[in-house]
Amino acid sequence: MKIAVLSGKGGTGKTFVAVNLAYVNNDSVYIDCDVEEPNGHLFFNPEIIQNNDISVKIPVCDNDLCNGCKKCVLFCEFNALAYIGDRLMVFDKICHSCGGCQIVCPQKAISEKDKTIGHYEYGYSNNIMIKTGVLNTGETTGIPIIKKLLKDDNYNTGRDIFIDCPPGSSCSVIESIKDADYCILVAEPSVFGAHNLHMVYDLVKLYNKPHGAVLNKCMEGENPSADYCKKSSITILESINFDKQLGLLNSEGKIISQESEKYRVLFMSLLEKVKSGMKK
Amino acid sequence: MKIAIPAEEKNLDSQVCVSFGRAPYYLYYNIENDKAEFMENTAANTPGGAGIQAAQSVIDNKADVLLTPRCGENAAKIIHSSGIRIYKTVQGTIKENIELYKKDSLEPLTEIHPGLHGHR
Repeated sequence: MKIAVLSGKGGTGKTFVAVNLAYVNNDSVYIDCDVEEPNGHLFFNPEIIQNNDISVKIPVCDNDLCNGCKKCVLFCEFNALAYIGDRLMVFDKICHSCGGCQIVCPQKAISEKDKTIGHYEYGYSNNIMIKTGVLNTGETTGIPIIKKLLKDDNYNTGRDIFIDCPPGSSCSVIESIKDADYCILVAEPSVFGAHNLHMVYDLVKLYNKPHGAVLNKCMEGENPSADYCKKSSITILESINFDKQLGLLNSEGKIISQESEKYRVLFMSLLEKVKSGMKK
Repeated sequence: MKIAIPAEEKNLDSQVCVSFGRAPYYLYYNIENDKAEFMENTAANTPGGAGIQAAQSVIDNKADVLLTPRCGENAAKIIHSSGIRIYKTVQGTIKENIELYKKDSLEPLTEIHPGLHGHR
């Protein structure tokens, strides 16, 4: 089973939930798709067994072969190419590596080169496999890294997979939840939190994913996210109260389910609810 | 000598458009015979890389000079390598800016902004 943990904004507790579920489940794979700021590894401290660069293909033009027909420039949906004077200019950061320019070129003047955009690390923490993707600073999209982490079946087979998604509801999140069997929506109990919950809820509905919400940092008084769940008939899987002690242990990089029996029980119960929610 | 100017509307009394890449129109103005031609900017509604496509069309339309209030880094890279000179427009209509250019009163555009690239 593949469980994705997502939220409309950062700091709600995606990593907190995903790390603890992977921990209590045991023999899991934890995949950190939040490649712009992966931090799940800080809790697991895995022993790295594999570390490789990830690159994408970028066009290179042989200006001696190019006859300036500009078919590639017109073809590129992303406007990553321009033809000036007597040469082709390539804007690496705009290119989506589709390879189309190479196909449409009648002169066969375009070839491809590799451009490193980040790397991935695989490692073990006891019997939990930790997969982390890291996007280099300044790169525009982490999707090729997310694809690699999720499609690479090594170590995934037969194990339960917990996917820690990037924040928001854009392309990189869509890529992260695509093959998930269940989506956990983490939200804070504020108006802002409810708005962001609304965004991810729309996304999981669009993709027909079984889902439920975890409300984190709850306090007495109003809870706009709980109200939103009620209004939209979203199952609240768990409401976790604001707890200073929890925040402290979390900030020290400790896995709370390892430190506290109360939280171990809470996450075991959350896991059971997710598993039964998946069967429905 | 042909001048390119991003335009809000298709007339010389229109304001110069504040965006280079996403201007709705471009005016191509021939200084020798005062002939004005407005063209739609096909890059205006592209999801990304508008500045690149707009710069390409300015080159393809054989402009010698570009008058614009601002220009992003990708577009500037293309415009600069083509040899087209960029001058910074001032608040006012297209007509006023053309007159200022003729009197040699516009400054070269030196500040290039990092672009307003949309998220993907």
